[in-house]
Amino acid sequence: MKKITFFSVMILMSFLTLSCFDQSKPNYQFFPNMYESVGYSTYQESDAFANGIEAQLPVDGTISRGWVPYDYPDTNEGYELAKKELLSPLEVNDENLSKGKELYNIYCAVCHGSKGDGQGILMKREKFLGIPSYADRDITEGSTYHVLMYGRNLMGSHASQVNAEERWQISQYVISLREKLIK
Amino acid sequence: MSVVRITTLSKSISNLFKSLVSPLALNSFFVLLITLNISAQDVDIAKGKSLYNANCASCHKLNKKLIGPALKGVSAKYDKEWLYAWIKNSAAMIKAGDEQAIAIYEEYNKVAMNAFPQLSNEDIDNILAYTDYVPEPVATSTTVSGAQSSTGEPSLANDIILGLLIVVLLVLVTMLYLVTKTLTSIAEKNGIKIDQPKSEPFSIWKAFIKNQFLIFSSVVLLLLSSAYFAYGYMMQIGVDQGYMPVQPIHYSHKIHSGANQIECQYCHSSARVSKHSGIPSLNVCMNCHENIAEYNGEEDLEKGYTKEFYTNEIKKLYKAVGWNEETQSYTGDTEPVKWVRIHNLPDFVYFNHAQHVSVAGVDCNKCHGPVEEMEILYQYSSLTMGWCIDCHRDSNVKVKDNEYYTKIHEELSKKYGVEELTIAQMGGLECGKCHY
Ligand code: HEC
Ligand code: HEC
Ligand code: HEC
Ligand code: HEC
Ligand code: HEC
Ligand code: HEC
Ligand code: HEC
Repeated sequence: MKKITFFSVMILMSFLTLSCFDQSKPNYQFFPNMYESVGYSTYQESDAFANGIEAQLPVDGTISRGWVPYDYPDTNEGYELAKKELLSPLEVNDENLSKGKELYNIYCAVCHGSKGDGQGILMKREKFLGIPSYADRDITEGSTYHVLMYGRNLMGSHASQVNAEERWQISQYVISLREKLIK
Repeated sequence: MSVVRITTLSKSISNLFKSLVSPLALNSFFVLLITLNISAQDVDIAKGKSLYNANCASCHKLNKKLIGPALKGVSAKYDKEWLYAWIKNSAAMIKAGDEQAIAIYEEYNKVAMNAFPQLSNEDIDNILAYTDYVPEPVATSTTVSGAQSSTGEPSLANDIILGLLIVVLLVLVTMLYLVTKTLTSIAEKNGIKIDQPKSEPFSIWKAFIKNQFLIFSSVVLLLLSSAYFAYGYMMQIGVDQGYMPVQPIHYSHKIHSGANQIECQYCHSSARVSKHSGIPSLNVCMNCHENIAEYNGEEDLEKGYTKEFYTNEIKKLYKAVGWNEETQSYTGDTEPVKWVRIHNLPDFVYFNHAQHVSVAGVDCNKCHGPVEEMEILYQYSSLTMGWCIDCHRDSNVKVKDNEYYTKIHEELSKKYGVEELTIAQMGGLECGKCHY
């Protein structure tokens, strides 16, 4: 009799300890008084704002320090204008090119391929079709910057991922790739 | 379709006549012709497909409206010559006042189609052959998927069988117990005494109690082992290693970063420059998913991850950003996705991604584990203080290309008399560096 109760208690215990180990729940914390400060953490839910999240857009009409407005509109005319007259403020040098290359391989190579021939991994796996080779498009540094800023047709804007200087560095590298392709 | 084949064929026939010398036997000529017929058709479509993928697919899909109309069977809708002219330069036709052209242009909100002067009529024929092509239903595919689903079943069946076995075992045990109980009670009623051999275990037990050394050592053993388990239990309090919450959208790193090799920083783009890596905002997802509306990759039937399941998850993304697939436009009706945070240090610790990713050049995988193999993301490292300190003791500072610190690096190396500085020697163990 005793043995049976002993064993069943053991089995029950092991079941209990196992079932407590639930991977989809965070673990216990011991006096977590200082683990969470009153300040908001990034992207936290919060009822301080109407839309319920901590991350907010800047107030209308304000710009952050160092931000330079971009005057070309997101239209076909704006695109043509940028292609014609928008020039890069950066000089062409190895530092900018190598930075551009690094960023290009992170943000563009999945689609455009590391050589810029339109044969990125997504194109090869036929997940995302219709990516042109830079050689087939009549592009300038200015038009590339414009495309990065607003996107064009199926290509989306990348302005949220790279800042103005980085966009120019990438544009510089894209044009250098295009020259290599055309040769 | 038939038109295409005839034009290209007649071309190849005339080529053949030019190249073939007259004494050729007639029947061998026919054999050649037949083989050519087949291969000519294949080449057409393959070529057309690659031209289509490179030039047209960014705006047209075969079956669905994208930026331009669906192109399946378009050659039946228009005159051939009109199509040549349209594809080579649609803007010119609209300017020239072609009614049909203007009608389509208006219908598609005056989005201009690119001009393709570089395409020859033959190229366009190839493209149209591809857009008309209907693949024969592949008979083998059904059998393959059938086989896969049957491999999915055994594990379920195993589970059921195991469960059944356990139930049967439990029933047997209770039955045995009941049987002995009734039997003894019957025996007692009948006045039969059952003597149980109680004496033996008791004698061992008594011997054990008498031996003081044995008692002492087993008590020590018991205490030590329970201390060990208690210590282990207490040390894992507040450590979330292996934490794997269910996310609102079943977003798979295995599919994005494993199979499709998308760089981590494409999405976690602030890791380069700031404290946080951040979770991408949905516009980043839509850079790809305006186009990728359904899932056609590998499935994992055992876990129930079918194509429909994945496609459904992409629809959740569309719902959150307010993307209307029918009209290919945003409705403005958005809702935030509530991703569950996994890695979370206590607020009294300062950890900076840019310092580790950009300055030190540490790989994401070193801290986050094999993320590109994770279908569901989990916390790979313990994120305890000891974990940070261990790495700071063991790894060296990347001194090269870090001009800002050249002088202090040199002085510190001299001070410690080492070639390579560890982070600990640079002060990476000072409490104030990690604690506010
Ligand atoms: C999700 C895939 C994708 C990514 C990532 C991507 N592109 Fe594109 N890109 C496209 C597609 C599709 C087009 C063709 C758009 C069209 O039809 O005009 C394109 C077109 C372009 C063009 C030619 C536009 C023109 O003027 O005709 C440039 C330049 C370009 N991309 C640069 C970049 C750069 C630089 C990056 C990296 C920051 C990048 N792209 C990332 C898909 C992508
Ligand atoms: C820049 C995006 C774009 C690209 C690239 C593009 N098209 Fe178009 N296409 C359109 C749009 C938009 C329309 C609708 C008419 C308009 O607005 O000009 C259209 C219309 C058409 C039509 C008329 C279809 C109908 O049902 O009325 C045909 C045929 C066509 N395209 C073929 C092609 C072919 C072939 C290619 C590749 C060589 C191609 N298009 C590349 C945007 C594009
Ligand atoms: C296509 C976009 C995308 C790419 C590429 C990507 N991630 Fe993520 N990552 C996400 C999203 C969305 C989440 C939030 C959902 C989740 O936790 O699964 C996330 C979550 C994470 C988290 C957990 C965050 C937390 O809550 O603690 C880590 C760690 C992470 N990613 C690391 C990586 C690494 C390492 C790579 C490269 C191998 C990578 N990611 C590539 C989109 C991406
Ligand atoms: C660089 C391109 C790219 C970006 C950016 C991207 N995806 Fe994907 N996504 C893909 C590809 C490619 C597939 C696989 C499609 C296939 O195999 O047919 C996919 C598949 C999916 C699926 C179905 C499979 C799965 O993982 O469950 C979901 C859901 C999904 N993506 C959500 C997202 C979310 C959410 C984001 C933004 C954080 C995002 N994607 C960003 C390219 C991308
Ligand atoms: C030195 C170790 C280390 C490296 C290298 C590292 N991480 Fe992290 N990561 C952490 C720690 C620790 C946290 C928890 C941070 C916190 O709670 O403040 C974290 C959190 C995250 C988060 C979620 C929350 C946040 O703070 O943004 C994401 C997403 C993430 N890492 C992605 C990445 C990616 C992508 C890379 C590579 C580019 C990377 N990490 C490299 C240690 C690391
Ligand atoms: C994979 C190894 C690794 C892990 C794990 C790691 N670090 Fe680091 N950490 C480094 C390296 C390498 C540097 C040196 C960067 C440099 O060159 O300045 C560094 C530097 C730092 C610095 C700046 C030190 C200084 O003297 O300026 C801080 C702060 C820091 N780490 C905090 C943390 C915290 C907090 C954790 C744990 C959550 C952690 N690290 C985990 C590798 C690591
Ligand atoms: C490399 C970064 C780093 C350094 C240096 C560091 N710590 Fe920590 N410390 C951490 C991290 C990360 C945690 C959070 C561990 C956890 O959540 O399990 C922590 C937690 C603690 C805690 C536990 C608080 C609690 O309630 O859980 C104490 C106490 C502490 N640290 C004291 C110190 C002291 C004293 C020093 C200086 C000798 C020091 N730390 C130096 C990273 C560091």
